[in-house]
Amino acid sequence: MDNLDLLWGGLQTAVTPEHLLYAAIGVLLGTFVGVLPGIGPAMAVALLIPVTFTLDPTSAFIMFAGIYYGGMYGGSTTSILLNTPGESASVMTAIEGNKMARKGRAAQALATAAIGSFVAGTVGTLLVAFFAPALADVAVEIGAPSYFAIMVLALVMTTTVLGSSPLRGYVGLFLGLSVGLVGLDLNTGQQRLTMGVPQLIDRIDIVVVAVGIFALGEALWVAAHLRRSPMRVTPVGRPWMGRDDWRRSWKPWLRGTAFGFPFGAIPAGGAEIPTFLSYATERRLSRNSDEFGHGAIEGVAGPEAANNASAAGMFVPMLALGLPVTATASVMLAALQGYGIQPGPQLMSDQSDLVWTLLASLLIGNAMLLVLNLPLAPLWARLLRIPRPQLYAGILFFACLGAYATNLDPFDVGLLVVFGLIGLMMRRFGIPVLPFILGVILGPLMESKLREALAISGGDFSVLLDEPLAIATYALIAVLVVARPVFAVINRKEHDETDRSHDEELVER
Amino acid sequence: MLAGACALVLLTGCGVTRGDDTKDLDMWIPNSPGGGYDQTGRAAVGVLERDDVTGGNIQVTNILGAGGSVAMSRLFGEEGNEHLLMTIGLGVVGSTYSFAVDSRPQDATPIAQLIEDQEGVLVPADSPYKTIDDFVEAWKKDPGGIAVGGGSSPGGPDHLFPMQLAKAVGIDPREVRYVSYDGGGPLTSALLGNKIQVGFSGLGEFEGQIEAGDLRALAVSGEERLEGETVADIPTLQESDIDLVFTNWRGVLAPPGISDKRKQELIDYLTEMHDSPEWQQALEDNGWIDAFHTGDDFEKFLVAEDERVATTLKELDLIDHDA
Repeated sequence: MDNLDLLWGGLQTAVTPEHLLYAAIGVLLGTFVGVLPGIGPAMAVALLIPVTFTLDPTSAFIMFAGIYYGGMYGGSTTSILLNTPGESASVMTAIEGNKMARKGRAAQALATAAIGSFVAGTVGTLLVAFFAPALADVAVEIGAPSYFAIMVLALVMTTTVLGSSPLRGYVGLFLGLSVGLVGLDLNTGQQRLTMGVPQLIDRIDIVVVAVGIFALGEALWVAAHLRRSPMRVTPVGRPWMGRDDWRRSWKPWLRGTAFGFPFGAIPAGGAEIPTFLSYATERRLSRNSDEFGHGAIEGVAGPEAANNASAAGMFVPMLALGLPVTATASVMLAALQGYGIQPGPQLMSDQSDLVWTLLASLLIGNAMLLVLNLPLAPLWARLLRIPRPQLYAGILFFACLGAYATNLDPFDVGLLVVFGLIGLMMRRFGIPVLPFILGVILGPLMESKLREALAISGGDFSVLLDEPLAIATYALIAVLVVARPVFAVINRKEHDETDRSHDEELVER
Repeated sequence: MLAGACALVLLTGCGVTRGDDTKDLDMWIPNSPGGGYDQTGRAAVGVLERDDVTGGNIQVTNILGAGGSVAMSRLFGEEGNEHLLMTIGLGVVGSTYSFAVDSRPQDATPIAQLIEDQEGVLVPADSPYKTIDDFVEAWKKDPGGIAVGGGSSPGGPDHLFPMQLAKAVGIDPREVRYVSYDGGGPLTSALLGNKIQVGFSGLGEFEGQIEAGDLRALAVSGEERLEGETVADIPTLQESDIDLVFTNWRGVLAPPGISDKRKQELIDYLTEMHDSPEWQQALEDNGWIDAFHTGDDFEKFLVAEDERVATTLKELDLIDHDA
């Protein structure tokens, strides 16, 4: 196989001590960058561009790739330990991951995230290596109507996460959708709910919302109850994943990869939707679905795999078409131009050495991250033994730093506090935070895709059924909506039967 | 972990301190890393630092928000700050209107225009439009029936260009069916997937696609044809008797209220940068057209551009007529 030879050649180029060193620097830097909310991989690569002009393009790109994957790993660490997601793709990880950490299972959560990321990153990179040009041709066919349909699917699936009280769940969802409306309507230039504040025009950053609601809201809630409830020390559990953890993780890793990769490959796909779809699917499929919301390992394994697979998928349009679909990709392509290399469809043939070395170093960087992160998991987990007041002080410091670092604007810190207070109130009144966050993520995306589709068709709604994928997605939604009550009935019957056979067994004994 | 995080903030904050810190400068980029403003601003700072033109450090900060309007408002809040520069361009001028910022760029201290970028008219390879005339003819017949797109939101260069082109060929800009995409990447994929018929954008990002034959450029918007193997045979609009020259430009502003002496000093820095071989190399690498004007010339240019943007946006009813 031709590509296999090329990849082998790339591996040989990548495995020089010098290139390995750059890969190592990249993954370390990336991990730090991912850990800190506010500074994303795009910013890190942009800052490094002047430094790397003294390097040859291959070394520079090996380092950039390391930063990119490293950032994806680092984001999950803070999500799990501190409930402060570093970027929007790891918001879903915080939900179950942090609950696991509280139960003394931080090491397992970190491990399943690391291994899941490794699996997804490796599978994703291999898919890029062997199928990028073919995938790219398919990906550009997927337009706004399909994307909108997928988002309708995501919205239908939010009903699984509404919590025990649907009314409160919907309150959360609609609050989130309202927050998602804040900002400038890009089609007409109208400002919505900005109250004349210029910093609100560009919409509210999802990371600020998530950190405010999760971390700050939680800290305030704990502080408000300090005197009434005794401090519980976080138990420190076993350091490694048990057999049961493996059994429950491997399927979500693969499913997460399957969700994430296509979203990375379609232009403007993003990583948020697949992490959510993965979470909702695992919640629905899991035998331990009652554990969801209290730290189910599937809820960490799936979304983490999904966000890394999506990160790998990004290389499909970038390498096969020369298209930047994420901020990081556009910075990398800008760097390429700085070397006088023209990104475009011929990149893979004109610069095949560079491309294959890059792909090989992605595989190496991924393995390095696993080696780096897996032994660190139990060490990170010990961080939680810091007494609560000090730990929460650390979290607050960290959250504010991250909010400020995004734009060096004190306004964002104020915004963070506002969302912290909203988070506190939601906890006080029992409004679940997950539907809220989904509203913030899904609302603006759905709106922009719907309006893009309608702008293209000139307001004709039939455009929404213009693409085969869109029709297939609506069919799936119909099946889900119809099937759910039916399944519920069947399940109940099965339950009755198992109960009965169980009783019979008892009787026989 | 915290220590690492703090170290990173410091790392992003400043480089190695050397020399006299009264000579230090800040360079604000009104947009995100990787974008056009970022590339221009960082390229300029790179040359300034490499040749140690200013004798101090230059710190680059991306100030995001509202298409550059946030950075513009903050620049006006820094009145009299003699250690600050900001990259500006056509898109920022447009955004100050869309986002209702009252400050006009010419009221700050114009230092220098650096570069120009031509816009191109792009179609997918299998499009029925072989020439700009084919497209204009079809467009005139049914302006609302052809979906055109660009990589900027209303007020940005990719939006202003098709509107001014429409007006130049006698179409009411309000009838144009414009779809806005989040940058060149999503715009290209919309073109490749035949989601829209025609795209308007700076050509820099598309040379690869044009060279590979996936996209066809019907025209460029500048006074003269572009240089370069793949783009040299793209005609200008004027060659097809369309009376329109449109360029996207970028330059550097300082805050209002700085002394004339300091203004001249800053102009001198940029002139020295412009004359260096490194800058000429940067222009070539990025496919930018050299368009260097300083001080009063740049100010006159800003006034004219500002008026032109305002006129187009008024015709589209995107801003009030009395604004």
